[in-house]
Amino acid sequence: MLMHETMVAQSLLAAISDEAAKHNAKPIGAKISCGKLWAINDEALCFAFEAIARGTPCEGVKLDIEHKPIRGQCKKCAQSFEVELGAPFCDTSQNGNSLARPECSKCGSDDFELLPDGPLILEEIELQTD
Amino acid sequence: MKKINVGKKILSENEKYAFENILFLAEQKKLCLNMISSPGSGKTTILTRTISELKDKIKIGVIEGDIQTDIDAERIRATEAPAVQINTNGACHLSAAQISAALKKLPVKDLNLIFIENVGNLVCPSAFELGEDGKIVVLSVAEGDDKPAKYPAIFAKSKVLLVNKIDLLSGGQVDFDIERVKVDARRLNKGIEIFSISAKTGEGMADWYDWLLKSVEEK
Repeated sequence: MLMHETMVAQSLLAAISDEAAKHNAKPIGAKISCGKLWAINDEALCFAFEAIARGTPCEGVKLDIEHKPIRGQCKKCAQSFEVELGAPFCDTSQNGNSLARPECSKCGSDDFELLPDGPLILEEIELQTD
Repeated sequence: MKKINVGKKILSENEKYAFENILFLAEQKKLCLNMISSPGSGKTTILTRTISELKDKIKIGVIEGDIQTDIDAERIRATEAPAVQINTNGACHLSAAQISAALKKLPVKDLNLIFIENVGNLVCPSAFELGEDGKIVVLSVAEGDDKPAKYPAIFAKSKVLLVNKIDLLSGGQVDFDIERVKVDARRLNKGIEIFSISAKTGEGMADWYDWLLKSVEEK
């Protein structure tokens, strides 16, 4: 099954192998980051990576995954700010457990557009030293 | 142990193909919309009705994504519109490379609008850009009114929300607070266009068609 974490794991495996080869060393860990809208589940990504890395120089590499917040840009004042999409809005008198309204950190407007999600970045690799 | 700073953006294969698709669709001046929903929300029925009722105004082609079978492409072809079926064989979303290949199989020059019907799934397809002009999220009333709160990403990213199967509301068989859905979707995405429709009875479809025709015109 080619779940989407597997596709990400394949790109990562290639990038980590390239970088490690430049330094002629075996990689043992890698720090990566990506925007939250990638919808990456850490457990699934690590599982997929472990599976496809078997028998390659990346076997045993531990992944450290950072999820960058989603950002929006205010349509009124152009301020960019962090958007929490999933925060529940607990006004149970109204309509149950609905969503909080993301607001511009500068002018308070709720009219914003989502900025492109943070890219997948290979931040750092750890190499084995003898 | 030695740490090396890399800081390199990994341009996934998907992004490369998505960019090619954007260029191709811009050059051809064809509008392309990516429809995303849970399985069974009525995407194919919305498409067959839309194609039939707009056939004198615009020509529509469809790229169908399913894990298995070409049942949906056959339903589209029954309307005489061209359709290409992609079977993902287990993958939970369509990729931009699959769209690039499918675009080559469609008579793009003869079309005004290309719909992509993504694999039924509210999570994964929202993370994969295909090069489309916009996403259309479909929510049927039987799925419940808590979906924007539970799956915010797709509602935040879509241009249009189609609330489908509203014919089920009149009999009271389904508890679905349509106002809650509208409020939640607009909290995530103030500009989202929301149309309440029944692809079965045709109720509310006229406003959706107006939006489509205007969008085709503007591309």
